[in-house]
Amino acid sequence: MCDCKDEKGKALDAVLDEYGRDAGSLIGILQKTQDIYGYLPSDVIYYVAAQTGTTPAKVMGVATFYTQFRLEPVGKYLIMLCKGTACHVNGSDRIEAAITNELGIQNGETTKDGLFTLKNVACLGCCSLSPVMMINEETFGSLTPDKAVEILNEFKKRKEEIA
Amino acid sequence: MRVVVGQGSCGIAAGAGKVYNALASLRANPSDFSLETTGCIGMCFLEPIVDLYEGEDLKARLVHVAEGDAEKIVNAVLQNNLDELKPMMISDDDASFLSQQTRIALRNCGIIDPTDINSYKAKDGYMALEKVLKTMTPEEVIEEIKVSGLAGRGGAGFPTWFKWNAARGSEGDEKYLICNADEGDPGAFMDRAVIESDPHNLIEGMLIAAYAIGASEAIVYVRAEYPLAIIRLENAIAQAKAEGIIGDDIMGSGFSCKFRYMAGAGAFVCGEETALIESLEGKRGMPRLKPPFPAAAGYKMKPSNINNVETFANVAWIINNGGEAFAAMGTEGSKGTKVFALTGKVKRGGLVEIPMGATLRHVIFDIGGGIREDKKIKAVQMGGPSGGCIPERLLDTVIDYKALSATGAIMGSGGMVVMDESTCMVGMAKFFLDFTSKESCGKCVHCRIGTRRMLEILTRIVEGNGKDGDIELLEELCNAIKDGALCGLGQTAPNPVLTTIRYFRDEYEAHINDKKCPAGECMDLLHYRIDPEKCKGCTMCARNCPVKAISGETKKPHVIDESKCIKCGHCMTLCKFDAISVE
Repeated sequence: MCDCKDEKGKALDAVLDEYGRDAGSLIGILQKTQDIYGYLPSDVIYYVAAQTGTTPAKVMGVATFYTQFRLEPVGKYLIMLCKGTACHVNGSDRIEAAITNELGIQNGETTKDGLFTLKNVACLGCCSLSPVMMINEETFGSLTPDKAVEILNEFKKRKEEIA
Repeated sequence: MRVVVGQGSCGIAAGAGKVYNALASLRANPSDFSLETTGCIGMCFLEPIVDLYEGEDLKARLVHVAEGDAEKIVNAVLQNNLDELKPMMISDDDASFLSQQTRIALRNCGIIDPTDINSYKAKDGYMALEKVLKTMTPEEVIEEIKVSGLAGRGGAGFPTWFKWNAARGSEGDEKYLICNADEGDPGAFMDRAVIESDPHNLIEGMLIAAYAIGASEAIVYVRAEYPLAIIRLENAIAQAKAEGIIGDDIMGSGFSCKFRYMAGAGAFVCGEETALIESLEGKRGMPRLKPPFPAAAGYKMKPSNINNVETFANVAWIINNGGEAFAAMGTEGSKGTKVFALTGKVKRGGLVEIPMGATLRHVIFDIGGGIREDKKIKAVQMGGPSGGCIPERLLDTVIDYKALSATGAIMGSGGMVVMDESTCMVGMAKFFLDFTSKESCGKCVHCRIGTRRMLEILTRIVEGNGKDGDIELLEELCNAIKDGALCGLGQTAPNPVLTTIRYFRDEYEAHINDKKCPAGECMDLLHYRIDPEKCKGCTMCARNCPVKAISGETKKPHVIDESKCIKCGHCMTLCKFDAISVE
């Protein structure tokens, strides 16, 4: 089990304190835990269970029920491709084909260089700009397959600039 | 002059943030003009929007504003010569999108600054709460809501006063007032707009409801996918707390109410009220068996009342203007206004608030401006995964809970997705079943397995492997799931299938019997061909085919290898000789 004594572990302890180690606040605790680690590592799930006085199975149950929680690390850029009704009607399937073709990954996968993760999501609520995708906190609307690829290339460039 | 930039999620996605920053950087002196933020006015098709006000007077509304336009705007404002901006101003035709609406729930959206409580107060904000706390008994509040005829705007359309009254009448030392802001219906975004653009209106409506039922705590359960809404709500709660509007002894009335929000974690089923309660308690969001209803035993098994955002957004207006004024709008059975999120293949998409009783045709054609590229409308989808597709011939149906239910669709939360001839109705049904089967929580067999079986059948139909009897089998499954599922998600999941079979049976038959998709959308039923007579052998298609499915010698007719073709249609758009066709 995680002894959670490192930097991240200290941050996790602060989160647990904030919620009074109450299993009734499990969703909030897991959200903030994910903010710290980027995903929910299994040893951390055991630690949270022990600290909140519940079972690892219960915590795992919650973690797997909600789409927001991830059990694997994600890429630097998380692409959330909207598959809502309006986006569907306006061609989100073709956008998905362009992204998977460009990056060589399917829904839920991460590129080998760890740069992009593709995740299909239910409605992002920007229906008037459909089809829409969100990369980290930025939203891109009125996509065409070409435009989507262009945006991905810009993110690739951003990475190079930082490097 | 006040320069106001619309910064809802849609506006920001369209580039409003960049416009705002450009305007800010060009303002040499804060006294030159006042630069302000507002929420979403609901004219998403024109974003980014910049409004120029003189005091409260709107002088000009600039649309599709780009970052590069900032300099022009600043110069015009400084010289007070707005004529310069004429080319950017909204057209009369587009302005009619808004002028044909009656706004109650959205009354402040796109007008006030959602980050400033004083901006809300200047529009009679918190007056209704003060009136309620100082001059009305809880029973009088419930009576006023009863007179108004307000019904739940989240989908089911249950009378609001009845729920409040039941929660009020329940025995209990602790009661909870909960706002369902888990707007999960794909295609609906009015709740997000209200929270982003007018969060204090939601808080005020909730506090009035909390007083009416005697709740000691009010909680907003908001979707995690709405980060901006969460930021604005958090900010508004902090401001209201600082002013003594939330907390102990509110406005010196003796009434106390705590207030907080919780971010959901992504589960459509949590829009169902008992699943939402389970989620609030930190568990998997699986619906409870009813009864007991939340009014008797809800959150922490205490009496609880749950309403949707749009419902609460009407409450302060009703208290200020009287229930009768609200009831004067609408139809016999459906009072007041309803907000719709108009999207899909419509020219002007955005938020539309109109009195009940208008026809669907009015919303789509008069307000929405008709269909893009002037194509023919095929259907409108209402109510999301719980609703159905209403065909063109029924567009004169009026907006009314009963009238819409009679078509097989529902009012729902107000998603209105317009579809033209190029949308396949079987594909649409499959799309929704794909959604509901993934979102099924798995608690009851009918929903968990039934939706999966339906999805399998729909999948084989769109892939060209449909069998004789599949339509009847789908209908049988639909009825079983409707009767057998535990909660609203399952009970309504068959609606998209039932309505498409009812109105578009010929499309199902074409897929099954002729292996053809009349809308030309189902990829497996499409065949791309090169006409050897027309092909000049320019090699353009072959060079650009992403999967190298096209071959042929230069200046000789090319051929497509169907086993490799992914039907992306790229070759067809590239061919200069019109030699490639699809059937």
